[in-house]
Amino acid sequence: MHAALIQFIVIPVVKIAVILGVVLLVVAYLTFAERKILAYMQVRLGPNRVGPKGWLQPIADGLKLFVKEDLIPAKAEKAVFLLAPAMIMIPALLAFSVIPFAPATKLFGLLPKAIPPYVTDINIALLFVLGISSIGVYGIILGGWSSNNKFSLMGGLRSAAQMVSYEVPMGFAIIAVLLMARSLSLVQIVKAQQAAHLWFFVPGILALGIYFICGVAETNRNPFDLPEAESELVAGFHTEYSGMKFAFFFLAEYTNMLVVSSLATIMFFGGWLRPFPNVAWLSFLGVVPPVIWFAVKVAGFIFVYMWFRGTFPRYRFDQLMQVGWKWLIPLSLANLVIVGAGVLLVKG
Amino acid sequence: MAFLSAHFVAIVFYVLAVLAVAGGVGVITFKNPVHSALSLLGTFLMVAGLFVLRHAEFLGAVQLLVYAGGIMVLFLFVIMLVNVRRLSPDAAFLSRRAPLAVLSGVVFGALIAFGVLAGSLGHPGGGATALQMVQGHVMGNTEAVGWTLYRHFLVPFEIVSVVLLVAMIGAIIFGRKDAGLEGRGGRMEP
Amino acid sequence: MSLSQFIPFLPEIFLAVAGFAILLAGISLGKRGARGLSLLSLGSLAVTAILIWVVGRPVEGAHTILGGMLFVDTFAVYFKLLTMTASGIVLLMSAGYLERSDYSPGEFDALILFATLGMMIMASGANLVSLYVGLELMALSQYVLVGYFKLELKSNEGAVKYFVLGALSSGVLVYGISLLYGALGTLDLGAIRAALTASDTVNWTLNLGIILVGFGMLFKVAAVPFHVWTPDAYEGAPTPVTAFISVGPKAAAFAMFLRLFLGAFHPELAQWRIVMWIAAAATVIYGNIAALTQDNVKRMLAYSSIAHAGYALIGIVAGTAMGLWSVMVYMLIYTFMNLGAFGFVIMLETRGYAGERVGDYAGLAKRHPGAAAGMLIFMLSLAGIPPTAGFMGKLYVFSSAVQAGYIWLVVIAVVMSAVSLYYYFRIVVEMYLKDGDEDEPAPLVRDRWLDAMIGLCVFVTLFLGVYPAPVVGLAQSGVHALGLG
Repeated sequence: MHAALIQFIVIPVVKIAVILGVVLLVVAYLTFAERKILAYMQVRLGPNRVGPKGWLQPIADGLKLFVKEDLIPAKAEKAVFLLAPAMIMIPALLAFSVIPFAPATKLFGLLPKAIPPYVTDINIALLFVLGISSIGVYGIILGGWSSNNKFSLMGGLRSAAQMVSYEVPMGFAIIAVLLMARSLSLVQIVKAQQAAHLWFFVPGILALGIYFICGVAETNRNPFDLPEAESELVAGFHTEYSGMKFAFFFLAEYTNMLVVSSLATIMFFGGWLRPFPNVAWLSFLGVVPPVIWFAVKVAGFIFVYMWFRGTFPRYRFDQLMQVGWKWLIPLSLANLVIVGAGVLLVKG
Repeated sequence: MAFLSAHFVAIVFYVLAVLAVAGGVGVITFKNPVHSALSLLGTFLMVAGLFVLRHAEFLGAVQLLVYAGGIMVLFLFVIMLVNVRRLSPDAAFLSRRAPLAVLSGVVFGALIAFGVLAGSLGHPGGGATALQMVQGHVMGNTEAVGWTLYRHFLVPFEIVSVVLLVAMIGAIIFGRKDAGLEGRGGRMEP
Repeated sequence: MSLSQFIPFLPEIFLAVAGFAILLAGISLGKRGARGLSLLSLGSLAVTAILIWVVGRPVEGAHTILGGMLFVDTFAVYFKLLTMTASGIVLLMSAGYLERSDYSPGEFDALILFATLGMMIMASGANLVSLYVGLELMALSQYVLVGYFKLELKSNEGAVKYFVLGALSSGVLVYGISLLYGALGTLDLGAIRAALTASDTVNWTLNLGIILVGFGMLFKVAAVPFHVWTPDAYEGAPTPVTAFISVGPKAAAFAMFLRLFLGAFHPELAQWRIVMWIAAAATVIYGNIAALTQDNVKRMLAYSSIAHAGYALIGIVAGTAMGLWSVMVYMLIYTFMNLGAFGFVIMLETRGYAGERVGDYAGLAKRHPGAAAGMLIFMLSLAGIPPTAGFMGKLYVFSSAVQAGYIWLVVIAVVMSAVSLYYYFRIVVEMYLKDGDEDEPAPLVRDRWLDAMIGLCVFVTLFLGVYPAPVVGLAQSGVHALGLG
């Protein structure tokens, strides 16, 4: 009984608590990182007053949002207005339940037997993440609609059209990975890359490109940030939100970036694997724990996100739709044929 | 605790089932179309949960992805474009057709109840493994679905692609603006 | 599943590809080229027919291909060729009509081809899933075709009614299929038949499943009480589409009906016969009575087509080998005579809805004696007067029912045939005995293709009325495929 209690209740709860804590902390500091990186790109200093070199800035921001007055517009649909921030935050966090950031570990011998540090490994993890993140769009469109504000509604509508359009090529790009890995389990995908002696971004370079472009669009980030285009829509779908509810939208965006980057790392860059996992003379790289390799790769993608924001102008809406339907979908279909033929030739 | 672990599946099933039905009732009782749509979303999510509970993981995920993530978003999209905040009940409509509606509801309910009853009395149905078998080998549910779909049901699957094409043609025909037809308002030669 | 199994499937593959090609050609041509596209579509139907002749013929007896999804047998070939002929005639009839309208022909022709593909699958399906998918392909194409003239209110109304009720009936059909699957654990028609033959206990799940599938099929053939969509859809649709949905899909639905009820469900004949008996009687009575009061020719022909579905159902009630082949023959004859009648409606339809009112036919015999004579033949045939084919068709169906001992049903049908004389002859009376509105006579469309197609229908109607043996022989060779007699 006690063994079962520990195995099914205590360990998962601890894991969930740790992962949630780490993710939220990382997300908070991502906002700081973004401000700093943008500042350096624009030859500014960025936040540097709170704490040493500004390192306590996210904490201060959090405090500020927490104590700020929480406004609900008089003509808003109250129930939906309250529901929307939760509906964007929950799916974003839920996705981390299946993301394997490190293999089973004894935690430097602290544990009697090796246990996987991620919450669970299900055999449809990839579909699960896709499905869960497609739920996230409700937060945006409902938030936009319930605010009873023209700008918000426009933002919500744009977001709905954009997310539904870009999910299609994203799915096709992921199927290419699926063909190579022959599994939907994220753990198996990493292991397949280990077995193949090859990270999948080499054969799947096109899929990677399509996936990441769609990932940027799905997270409503620049240059696809039309739902919250500040020069046209004030702040888009979250114009009317303030205080903690606004913070939820804000944090969900960064959490989703983290999900997209983690998935990209797992599917195309070998997850927690060190570079060239099968080259013997590079085995000294194994000194670095797998979770660090994972974090470094994810950080790389996050940096690309911020780089985009510092560099690209925003698309016009019709251009956005054209890119999605006329370029990415045919391209991802072609990629699927190429990868499928390749898999057939190699594996027979 | 012992009761909980012994009847875990049954408890989860009833919770999901009750919520799914409640969502269905919500769809037709809410006056605000967005609330109805959200209620339907809840039903879809619960049904996805039911699929997973029966070890049809692939169906569950696809339910989430296609119905919850795709179709309902488009529903909401349309509702918001039309911008209906509240539907007023049409008293005349209801009073005239209420008996018919109740009757057909009862008939359909009886049909479904009969199917459920017959199903539960008849074959107990395959367990979790039956959903994961491929030619006698136990694989994942996704693999099992794939093998059945692309091997045994290849012909219907391919024809469905033509069905979808026809649906797309239809949507485009009705949706597009034809130059030269606008403002004609009807007749071939009026 | 070896690659060689795909060879008998080549006609269907070719037709699908041809449909895509014509769709693309239509896009590049826009509103021009209605006749060229029609010819191209007709050509692809012809190639498909040749392919059926070359690779799709049954080797010996009946066998299934592609994992038991499709039959390759004479029954399938008969209905495939029949529906393709109907589609071909409609394609040629519609070319001029589309030319005169403002609507582009590309999608129209492609949809006809896709519907034909669906009908071919319905004729040859060996599994409830493939049958259902074929049915949906056909039905979906029809919904779009009915609403093709999208700026006409009636066309919209017909399409919406047809779609909503059609979707409901598909739901009923699928629920029936799911009950069957629950009771038997298989969707394969051969296995279902074997299981039904083996068991002799009454299984209510099974019977309910069969009845619900029957309801779905009754909807598709427009039988009472599932006929309510028919008049509106027929009236609202562009006339060539009305002509199309009144014959091809009805023949295909009967093919599926026969395949299911006289094939797979035949062992349960005693259980479902009474339902079909009632449906057949109600359809014949209601269709003919309701047609009496119609002033709109398209609506009248809609009720007439309901009545004809009722006559064909009588053959299913008989449940014998003769019942089977008599329905097959009836569908062929009905196809030609109904297409011919609609050809004249298209001919008269030049000024809006002219040609749709019975009065528009007044004095036709004086102005266009040829056209009036042609219409007379089709009306005689639809009413079932010798020496036209309609008489032979009814004769076979009714005698199959008499042999099976369903005298009363035949009595009802014969009485109702007599009633039908009234409304068919209203048009004849208008044409021959009334003077038309001389100030503004309804002119005829002169369209050589249409003339040729009507001529073909006249020829077949008269020829089969005198010498039906070749068609009867063809149909009889299809009987063995279903394991009857």
